[in-house]
Amino acid sequence: MSTAAILFYIIAAFILGTGILAVTTRKIFRSAIWLLFSLIGIAALYFWMEVEFIAAVQIIVYVGGIVVLIIFSIFLTQKSGSEMAKPLQGRTMISLLAVLFGLTLTSTLIFQNEFNSMSLRPFQLNVADIGTQMLSTTEHGYILPFEVVSILLLAAMIGAIVIAIKVKAADEKTLN
Amino acid sequence: MNEIPLTHILFVSTALFFIGMFGLFTRRNMITMLMSIELILNSVNINFVAFNKYLFPEKLDGIFFAIFIITIAAAEAAVAIAIIINLYRSHHSIDVEDAGEMKF
Amino acid sequence: MSIYSYAALIPLLPLAAFILLGLFGRKYFSGLSGIIGTTALLASTVISLLTAWQYFFVDGKVNGIYQQIIPMKYTWLQFTANVSIDMGIVLDPISVMMLVVVTFISLMVHIFSLGYMKGEERFATYYAFLGLFTFSMLGLVLSTNIFQIYMFWELVGVSSFLLIGYYYDKPSAVAASKKAFIVTRFADLGFLIGILILAFHAETLDFQTLIERLTSTQSTQFISITSASLLGVSMLTWGLTLIFIGGAGKSAMFPLHIWLPDAMEGPTPVSALIHAATMVVAGVYLVARLFPVFAIDGSALQVVTSVGAFSALLAAIIACTQTDIKRVLAYSTMSQIGFMMFALGVSKNGGEEGLGYMASMFHLFTHAFFKSLLFLGAGAVIHMVHSNEMKDMGGLKKFMPITHLTFLIACLAISGIPPFAGFFSKEEILMAAFHSNKIVFVVALLTSGLTAFYMFRLYFSIFWSKEAPIHENGHGEGTWSMKVPLIILGAFSLLAGFVPISQLVTSDGAALESSINIMFSIAPVGLALAGILLALYLYKTANEKPQQIAVSLGGFYKAAYRKFYMDELYLFITQKIIFNLIGKPAAWIDKNIVDGLMNMLANITAFISEMIKGLQSGKVQGYALYFFGGVCGLAILFIYLLK
Repeated sequence: MSTAAILFYIIAAFILGTGILAVTTRKIFRSAIWLLFSLIGIAALYFWMEVEFIAAVQIIVYVGGIVVLIIFSIFLTQKSGSEMAKPLQGRTMISLLAVLFGLTLTSTLIFQNEFNSMSLRPFQLNVADIGTQMLSTTEHGYILPFEVVSILLLAAMIGAIVIAIKVKAADEKTLN
Repeated sequence: MNEIPLTHILFVSTALFFIGMFGLFTRRNMITMLMSIELILNSVNINFVAFNKYLFPEKLDGIFFAIFIITIAAAEAAVAIAIIINLYRSHHSIDVEDAGEMKF
Repeated sequence: MSIYSYAALIPLLPLAAFILLGLFGRKYFSGLSGIIGTTALLASTVISLLTAWQYFFVDGKVNGIYQQIIPMKYTWLQFTANVSIDMGIVLDPISVMMLVVVTFISLMVHIFSLGYMKGEERFATYYAFLGLFTFSMLGLVLSTNIFQIYMFWELVGVSSFLLIGYYYDKPSAVAASKKAFIVTRFADLGFLIGILILAFHAETLDFQTLIERLTSTQSTQFISITSASLLGVSMLTWGLTLIFIGGAGKSAMFPLHIWLPDAMEGPTPVSALIHAATMVVAGVYLVARLFPVFAIDGSALQVVTSVGAFSALLAAIIACTQTDIKRVLAYSTMSQIGFMMFALGVSKNGGEEGLGYMASMFHLFTHAFFKSLLFLGAGAVIHMVHSNEMKDMGGLKKFMPITHLTFLIACLAISGIPPFAGFFSKEEILMAAFHSNKIVFVVALLTSGLTAFYMFRLYFSIFWSKEAPIHENGHGEGTWSMKVPLIILGAFSLLAGFVPISQLVTSDGAALESSINIMFSIAPVGLALAGILLALYLYKTANEKPQQIAVSLGGFYKAAYRKFYMDELYLFITQKIIFNLIGKPAAWIDKNIVDGLMNMLANITAFISEMIKGLQSGKVQGYALYFFGGVCGLAILFIYLLK
């Protein structure tokens, strides 16, 4: 068993372990922190898979942006120290069963399928290639999705502002 | 790298996906539901990158998918937080059981 | 154009009067409705008389046999290739004779009612109903198809119901009309089943074809109907007996006679028309119409004879004890119809042996005249005295001469004293009975004697007996409109016996030589005279002798006075047995089981819907679970099951 393999299993265990903790813990702030660790673990996995660019993007956007956003919203809406409510009776059991069923189904499909690689060339990720292909207008270019995504981000910004905007008089009362 | 077959990585991402599903079904707090959704999105990202690396080494499509997914996930998280805050203002609680107006 | 093509107008003119007066009478015509009704009927009567003249005396005969003429026939409902309900008009001896009788008596009643019902608020409605009745009765006698006769049969029942219940604010009248309708309707159930049996085997509903098929012993239909049997009795007998039950209900034969005395609650002219001369003979007409088939099947004819003879005797006995003059006349009607029935019963089809048939029709003809005269006379008496009971009458011969004279003529006619009409027809009946069945002959003789007795008991009690209580109401005898019909009918009661019915109406259409046997007539006439003398002795002047006789007869008299407890028996059967044993359980089943089943279905639906409703809980995570379940299901479906 080479080092790479052992490393992979450690990273995988870390991801899944912190993931499980994130969805089961009763304290909300801890849940956010476990999520943070899980995302960092995924970045580590990307590093292990030698797609460094994606790992960097993951850390910057997910860890540095989204999790921080989540933590801010936790502070805005409730006391972070207290315990959250328990899930409904029976809900845990049913969800567990459903999820395990789904897991076995998908795993069966994965392990039974034969994944044949088309070519034997090793994979190399060149950031320059990403940039060129992103902006190219040829058949495999991603210029259109790129532009659309930028509009989407604009719309999301405006939308978030509009939805969350306060009507002045009412809000001062609620926040007090 | 070549010692770990593709299926192992896929299993990891599948397990993460279902962990996220479990969280989605079980959690009562809307923000924790959002966190579970982020886990799901990440599992899909791992899938795309793994497929690209193992099955289609000369193309970059999987990478691009991953990039776009990250982007859109960020936008979606922002809008979701805005909605949660708005809901908090009217119900004074972010317990998803309290937002049951669509009941028969 | 021959007069036959106008035959359709005969029933349609009274129908037009009904529609006109029924819809517009109350509002627009009121006073004139009597005139309108009478005019319509006068036209109808004229056409019938012309038709009768044409048929009987000009061209009805071919080779000495009266033919059946069908001026109009069209198919109304076609069931199969063979079976259809046709509407048509048939002219043959009995139907033409009935046309004359019905229209003429109806005309007399219309004229009489102009005076009798004057001042009634619902005058127009009365004439409308009379028009409806006349239309139905005429339609009945002109029917070519057994279903058509059933339809008009029911219509006649409805008209009778409407007219008996004319004074609808009297509870007794309402009860009587319901009773009449229910009893006749119940009998009509038998009629319908009989129709279905006969129609099924003979594969036709048309009278002519049905009679043809069921009287030729070689035809397939005859063989099929006589070979099928239930409880050892052939289907032919069952069918005919059931049809006779229908006829017995309408004609008030025992045991379905209970409605007729109560039907006297209606206005008296109505009793004269419906319950004396026309509707109650519908049963006799039906048997006469199907007579060839009855003649082939001896057992059905025996039923007819026994029922007829028994009813005649029973009614005569009860009539001797009643004190309400209309009820005496009602029982008298029942008795006379019994005569007509058993006369048909002892007859055979064709030639000399068809004497009973001819006698029955003759008696129908003459009976119509003197019975309606008796009722109209009673009406005049009631109009003057304002009471139906014999004890309120007496010594009226001073005040009502014309009524007195005509009533006397009618009583002599019904008793069978020559040369009045009843003598000839009764003679023929007694002769037919003598030649066929001696027991029936003896019963008939006895009944004739009783008839004379109770009729003269009635006569003497009304017009002689004691001095009447004071009549200062100044009503007098009634207007001319009440006197003229009495006079006309009186004349006919005198002369109708001389009409040569035996030449005109016989079982096979050929003329029958009939003669009066003087030796034979001595017994009946003598018995009748004895009855009259007995009545004279007991009732001419008021005395105690009738009371003493009644007391000495004790229980038998009381039973006869109470109509042999038939009404009580019927009431017991319906209330205790039918209501409790059949009605109540049926109602329970309907309410709890049938309704319960429906309610249960509704409850199940509501319950299921409540359960399904729970799926829409408004909880997002529930929806997510269902979503996930659906996706898994589809995945399994597409990956594993639909490879």
